[in-house]
Amino acid sequence: MNAIDVEKVSRVFKRNDNVIKALDNVTLSIEKGEIFGLLGANGAGKTTLIKILTTLLLPSEGNAYVYGYNVIKESNDVRRIINLVSGGETPGYGILTVRENLWFFSQIYGLSNSLARERIDELIKDMELEEYENVRMHKLSTGYKQRLNIARGFINDPKVLFLDEPTLGLDVLNAKHIRRYIKEWVKNNKDKSILLTTHYMSEADEICDKIAIIFKGKIIAYDTPKRLKESVSNVTSAVVEVNSTLMLDNIYGMPAKVEYNNGITRIRILLDEQSSIARVVSYLDSHGYNILSIKLYEPTLEDVYIKYVGLNMNDQ
Amino acid sequence: MINDLRVVYARAYVRLKGLIREPHWSIAEVIIPLLSISAYIYMYEAMNAADHLLAFVAIGGAMLAFWSNVLWGMSSQFYWEKETGNLTQYMVAPISRMAILVGMAIGGMLNTTLRACSIIFIGMLLFPIQLSLIDPFALVIIFILSISALYGLGMLFASLFLLYGREASHIADLLQEPIFLLSGLYYPIFNNRFIPDIVKMAASIIPLTLAIDGLRILLVLNGRFEDVTMHIIGLSILVAILLPLARKALHKLEEISKKEGRLTLRWQ
Repeated sequence: MNAIDVEKVSRVFKRNDNVIKALDNVTLSIEKGEIFGLLGANGAGKTTLIKILTTLLLPSEGNAYVYGYNVIKESNDVRRIINLVSGGETPGYGILTVRENLWFFSQIYGLSNSLARERIDELIKDMELEEYENVRMHKLSTGYKQRLNIARGFINDPKVLFLDEPTLGLDVLNAKHIRRYIKEWVKNNKDKSILLTTHYMSEADEICDKIAIIFKGKIIAYDTPKRLKESVSNVTSAVVEVNSTLMLDNIYGMPAKVEYNNGITRIRILLDEQSSIARVVSYLDSHGYNILSIKLYEPTLEDVYIKYVGLNMNDQ
Repeated sequence: MINDLRVVYARAYVRLKGLIREPHWSIAEVIIPLLSISAYIYMYEAMNAADHLLAFVAIGGAMLAFWSNVLWGMSSQFYWEKETGNLTQYMVAPISRMAILVGMAIGGMLNTTLRACSIIFIGMLLFPIQLSLIDPFALVIIFILSISALYGLGMLFASLFLLYGREASHIADLLQEPIFLLSGLYYPIFNNRFIPDIVKMAASIIPLTLAIDGLRILLVLNGRFEDVTMHIIGLSILVAILLPLARKALHKLEEISKKEGRLTLRWQ
């Protein structure tokens, strides 16, 4: 039995005369002990899938299972073994302290007071919230509020944790702390799983065992980060800097992304083979651009995303 | 069952902590009704109105605290919970959503009873208000039924207000003044020749109207159980209708939320 099985799930939203297909025939599985990353731009369907799996939304078609429980017919069984953390949201009550908020949510999950106390002590320690445990939530910084939010997600010791952009808007240190904790938790609990959505490619690359790229409601790539990168390994990425502005999205059909900074244009190109750099140089030269530098890179998840989607996530 | 009780206690605890940690909220909620009471008492005194009208106003002012709590602390609460992300957590958790509403109601009742008593007590200190009680049992019955009906209405509104999303605060505003008028907050409504019978009948379906009138009969007019029988029957009917209706509305809310994908996310 997998932690999550999604079978041909579609979801359609009807608003006035508009019909939006937020999910289109999505099928995927997440094994126990796996951190699974769902990568996609805003509106790609990530949150819709999470809402279906957390019983907040019904699919229009298809079935989904969490630990074998059907999310439609056995929603209460699903709720007992999951938790959801959304970045940018701070559930809880500002008037309550960190400890009291965790206690409040422990009661929502039916924990006895002694078990709640034990777990709260542990989470406060793990999230390095000791200094703030008796501070009211509304006085915490964004980073510590998010640590509290993450701690809340673990309060019922879920079998499957859904993390929707958990490091959104966090500084480097807080984001790193949260990533480390997530990794450790799954490493130490082989039957636990995490479904993580993120905008940050490096975050997905660092912590996910498997990744799916979702675009316009469809899963368009689905594998381990290593294999996904290997799928573009015949493709090398090049960054060429020129000293004038230009607009393009490909050179001889090779996807390109353009950025401007202080009068310098930086073009990131996915080369179909390393020798293609000569064609790029000749193209730029023939169009009168003065090349300042050329660098070749190994493929990253960003290259994978560009290859499958055709655009950089931030450009969508 | 035990888990539901834990939820009720936890949600009520938040309200009670609020009372202890932010006492100035309560001070404001006591002073504002007192200001309204004062205006009406000065008016009645200027008119040389009967003394019992002053006590009527004090009871109306105290019940105003309950109505404000029902509107702002219950009816609009799910909307605010949605804004903070709490509603999503309630929907994802394996709990009875009614337990959350009951917890909010119990916390609100305890807080507001304290405020309502303070309003009457301070009113009695400031003005020549006389209260007397000869049937405490009837008072307990009327009070319990009144707050049960009022908070039942609040629980029903909590789901309905959420369906209207951002309009929630406008609905609360819209309900404020007409209810003040129809419930006879500052004047007797049933023994009032200027108010048509049809309006009196319509006003009777508002729990606040029956609650205020029943309390006035028992605390000001030396009434007994038999004098408030109709109030007890009316309030009992309202409780019997409102609580199941609140449960049904909550169920409907969840159903719509799952079908349409809105209501639980703050930007939808």
